[in-house]
Amino acid sequence: MDTVIKVENLTKRFGDFTAVDNISFEVKRGEIFGFLGANGAGKTTAMRMLCGLSIPTEGKGTVAGYDIFRQPELVKKSIGYMSQKFSLYEDLKVWENLELFGGIYGMSDKDIKIKTDELMVRLNFEEERDHLVKSLPLGFKQKLAFSVSIFHHPQVVFLDEPTGGVDPITRRRFWEMIYDATASGITVFVTTHYMDEAEYCDRVSIMVDGRIEALDSPSNLKKTYIAKNMDEVFQQLARKSTRKAD
Amino acid sequence: MNISDNNPQTAIHCESVSKKYGKILALKNISFDVKQGEIFGIIGPDGAGKTTLFRILTTLILADSGIASVDGFDVVADYKEIRNRVGYMPGRFSLYQDLTVEENLEFFATVFNTTIDENYELIKDIYIQIEPFKKRRAGKLSGGMKQKLALSCALIHKPSVLFLDEPTTGVDPVSRKEFWGMLQKLREQGITILVSTPYMDEASLCDRIALIQNGQFLRIDTPENIVGQFADILWAAKSDNMHKLLEDLRNDEQVKSSFAFGNSIHVTVENGQLTVDSLKKYLIERGHNNIEIQSIEPTIEDCFMELSNTQI
Repeated sequence: MDTVIKVENLTKRFGDFTAVDNISFEVKRGEIFGFLGANGAGKTTAMRMLCGLSIPTEGKGTVAGYDIFRQPELVKKSIGYMSQKFSLYEDLKVWENLELFGGIYGMSDKDIKIKTDELMVRLNFEEERDHLVKSLPLGFKQKLAFSVSIFHHPQVVFLDEPTGGVDPITRRRFWEMIYDATASGITVFVTTHYMDEAEYCDRVSIMVDGRIEALDSPSNLKKTYIAKNMDEVFQQLARKSTRKAD
Repeated sequence: MNISDNNPQTAIHCESVSKKYGKILALKNISFDVKQGEIFGIIGPDGAGKTTLFRILTTLILADSGIASVDGFDVVADYKEIRNRVGYMPGRFSLYQDLTVEENLEFFATVFNTTIDENYELIKDIYIQIEPFKKRRAGKLSGGMKQKLALSCALIHKPSVLFLDEPTTGVDPVSRKEFWGMLQKLREQGITILVSTPYMDEASLCDRIALIQNGQFLRIDTPENIVGQFADILWAAKSDNMHKLLEDLRNDEQVKSSFAFGNSIHVTVENGQLTVDSLKKYLIERGHNNIEIQSIEPTIEDCFMELSNTQI
């Protein structure tokens, strides 16, 4: 398996505050990589660097084969991104959102049309095709937001707390979509506060105070920390934090 | 006005409350009571109607129909009295970002005709953790600190009932545990707490809960009783190919539902339909190895899924 994300000694400082402190890891193609940490541990800052949105202070990193220092625009083209806030255009119709995002990522009109048709069938969305996004139930929006984020078939998709606030069945259906995406070769980099979801990842890293304190498969982490589940692993590690108010 | 049939021990009384936004029915016929000194949880996903219910009870919006009272005061006729008595922490951070920590707290104390000193004991355990930053503007605090300041401000006038709308949403598991620890302490001081959350694992920390979806309560009871009333048989299943296991379980007609739950798949089966051995045999035939099937106790999340399944 080849490597889609490779990071070495990556550091980001804001003034005299070190938000991300010398982190190193690799993510393989087709992997589901869980990126966990308490609020303020540095997850968002690290993710912004990987997405080409923030230039690191020190270290090295490549995403989808592009250098995050020198080629941030090429990085952005090769990835997908979805956050809890969905980032769909509420006043556009379902198909218009797909056309817009497909266009931004440089897909051809023909390709957009074929993939839109195919997606509407697969999601059972044919009736909603012409509906405004704001009229859709939350679960629909979430499925659509994820589909938009991988519409251009990126090498890797970054999911920032994608399941916050949705009901338990929708949350599980969402993970089934994630599995389908990895089956088609897309690598998934995901943050979550639901520790049961950490179990669905192939490997999990846990950040504490800007550093990666642990990185392994969920089953190995549970062995190492003699824990029943990932919540116990997380509680043990995150309690080591000494980081203060900000 | 005190509602005549109102039990003095009832902190919140809600009867047949409904609310529409245009065509959307946000709350359908909601009825429940919260006893004084209880922690009562409203548990359900985004869009279920939790915030609408909180706004009606805190007199910020009017219900279309039904009656509700807080501390014996009617939410319509006696709204001013209720506003003096309750503390409300909305889901969205709504303190003054340009005021410092201390100024925010002073502001809320003054609005309620009291002082920080007068009720300091009540907020001490919480406020002491942010006091070192009291000169910092609220907008510059971290998420966890904002949450502690918002709770301090909601408590500074010593409310009899505290309304907390999704106080732990987006908060990491460690801070969530800490926050629930603070709520237990407040309850010991006699404050009634109505709290909403989308996290099902927080249900067990409440005295009683209501599961809510699509504007309706699916059930109201203690967490133990809700778990006890789970109607189906529940197993946790594992094999060496979890993805295929989910597919194969879904293809078995005798299996009612199957969903991933952490490192296993929870399988529900109607009573008397299927045995562990026959399911194992079926899975072996489909090429699974290292199959483990165990009978387990349901969690609140299993209960929510079962109840919402039957309603769809």
